[in-house]
Amino acid sequence: MSLRIVVCVKYVPDATGDRHFAEDLTTDRESVDGLLSELDEYAVEQALQIGEDADDAEITVLTVGPEDAKDALRKALSMGADKAVHVEDDDLHGTDALGTSAVLAKAIEKTGYDLVMCGMASTDGTMGVLPALLAERLGVPQVTLVSEVSVTDGKVNGRRDGDTATEQLEASLPAVVSVTDQSGEARYPSFKGIMAAKKKPVESLDLDDLDIEAEEVGLEGAWTKVDDATARPARTAGTIVKDEGEGGKQLAEYLAGQKFI
Amino acid sequence: MSEVLVLVDHVDGAVRKPTLELLTLARRIGDPVAVHLGAGSEAAAKTLAEYGAVKVLAADAPEFADYLVVPKVDALKAAYDAVSPSAVLVPSSSEGKEIAARLAVRIGSGIITDAVDLESGDEGPVASQSVFAAGFTTKSRVSKGTPVITVKPNSTAPEAAPAAGTVEQLSVSFGELAKGTKVVSRTPRESTGRPELTEAAIVVSGGRGVNGAENFHIIESLADSLGAAVGASRAAVDAGWYPHSNQVGQTGKTVSPQLYVATGISGAIQHRAGMQTSKTIVAINKDAEAPIFDLVDYGIVGDLFEVVPALTEEVKTRKG
Ligand SMILES: Cc1cc2nc3c(=O)[nH]c(=O)nc-3n(C[C@H](O)[C@H](O)[C@H](O)COP(=O)(O)OP(=O)(O)OC[C@H]3O[C@@H](n4cnc5c(N)ncnc54)[C@H](O)[C@@H]3O)c2cc1C
Ligand SMILES: Nc1ncnc2c1ncn2[C@@H]1O[C@H](COP(=O)(O)O)[C@@H](O)[C@H]1O
Repeated sequence: MSLRIVVCVKYVPDATGDRHFAEDLTTDRESVDGLLSELDEYAVEQALQIGEDADDAEITVLTVGPEDAKDALRKALSMGADKAVHVEDDDLHGTDALGTSAVLAKAIEKTGYDLVMCGMASTDGTMGVLPALLAERLGVPQVTLVSEVSVTDGKVNGRRDGDTATEQLEASLPAVVSVTDQSGEARYPSFKGIMAAKKKPVESLDLDDLDIEAEEVGLEGAWTKVDDATARPARTAGTIVKDEGEGGKQLAEYLAGQKFI
Repeated sequence: MSEVLVLVDHVDGAVRKPTLELLTLARRIGDPVAVHLGAGSEAAAKTLAEYGAVKVLAADAPEFADYLVVPKVDALKAAYDAVSPSAVLVPSSSEGKEIAARLAVRIGSGIITDAVDLESGDEGPVASQSVFAAGFTTKSRVSKGTPVITVKPNSTAPEAAPAAGTVEQLSVSFGELAKGTKVVSRTPRESTGRPELTEAAIVVSGGRGVNGAENFHIIESLADSLGAAVGASRAAVDAGWYPHSNQVGQTGKTVSPQLYVATGISGAIQHRAGMQTSKTIVAINKDAEAPIFDLVDYGIVGDLFEVVPALTEEVKTRKG
């Protein structure tokens, strides 16, 4: 039987752009170009590799996001995923982590899965909680923050490099996996891949399709509220000295003046 | 006053500093009740009491070490049911965030991650977060359920405030999912003897400019002369020159020390995300145009192979 992998990918504002907040304190998606979160490319890559090792696999990329989020799906398809699901609904604007996880869980169940793959964190929200939230909601094991992952005989194995130890993890499918940016470079889409992606199916789902009430999501339905967002004051310009042989001494002098020595 | 659950981060009963910070913050919004999972609760209780824990709920079981995350969620949920707290605070480690997330689903509450400060407000605790690579500070609160908040290291200075810290056994029954992910083996990270990166008062980091694993001893010597932790940019880590556990930045550690010294690091946005909130920033870079110089309090435009050893010597001389 075919191994069904669902990869959750997020469309995010480019981190090298000038990111800020919109009027309603949600992430401003207008002023900065969006792209497939770089950290989710690692999840797509590992899904493709697991797919290549399996006899038969079907890889679906899934996103919850605005119209433009199709770009992220298209990129993942051009890397080699088979099909895409786009959950899109005006009422989703402002949905927080708990809400997003509820929507993703419903969409994953509707799609059908043996393995859910995520990135380690989104590059805009950087919460890193979605995979755990999904595992809890789906009621399946989590094999998260792994830098190495493989699937054999209905089991998923992974290496988790934690703060205090490296752990080898094992769980039975179905399971939720998240991979770190240490898991291996993501491939670039080939020209052939880009052409092929144009013909791959992208299914659109709205809240009705997932039996979710508008009140449960969006800014109003959110479990958290942002009351204020303030730009960090620019750091006051510092002293910059060109080393003419005395740079080390001058720096020591400065550090001593600041009582660091 | 209402009670606030604080999940304890410890190594066999040796309480880690971020937990003391959590207890300090918890006192602003209620009476801290510490939840200690695993061995060493008696030893830990002394420290926890000193920093304000009115009670310590303790549970030990092999499941906590043998399976990933979920057994601790079961235990924290049991503590939640026993106490009916007004908030739950968890250290912002990768494990801590995952425990907090799953608890939030179970109790139907909102979650805020990576708070850098916490104060009480009319509508519950208000958490400050540093977002968009520390370009913005937001203030948020949980609007549904009991706030579950994870707090970053170095969010406040731990303050002692002795309390009873009575140890009570917490009874935990593990659910069906508890044994879902087995920890087949665990290799503890070897200690370098240097301060913990996220807790250190001074961090000295090296980047691509260090140009090889064999040169990192230059960075280490400077760090040792200052009693500092050693950090690295992703470029240095990807090149295999220094371990990933030392990476500073978006996909590494966030540090917020009194002093951050960046050597041979250009200052890409993803690196800034991990160090921009440092109090004083110093850089050594041979390119006067490097973006890191936009952040610095003091910068030297020069070759790190000249400047760093000279600085190390001078620090040693001054320290005698
Ligand atoms: C999703 C994502 C996540 C990322 N996460 C992180 C992260 O967590 N941490 C991180 O650091 N990066 C991260 N990056 C990478 C980041 O974008 C940069 O590529 C990286 O920080 C560059 O490292 P660097 O400054 O050491 O190297 P470079 O940008 O190559 O800079 C090297 C600097 O060293 C200077 N130099 C060279 N030789 C000398 C010398 N002899 N003396 C003095 N100066 C010298 C050069 O002038 C230059 O400025 C991430 C990227 C992405 C896309
Ligand atoms: N809106 C979304 N649509 C699809 N996947 C998402 C979405 N948000 C987060 N994810 C997935 O969850 C991971 C962690 O995200 P976060 O918890 O937001 O940092 C990401 O790397 C994605 O794999």
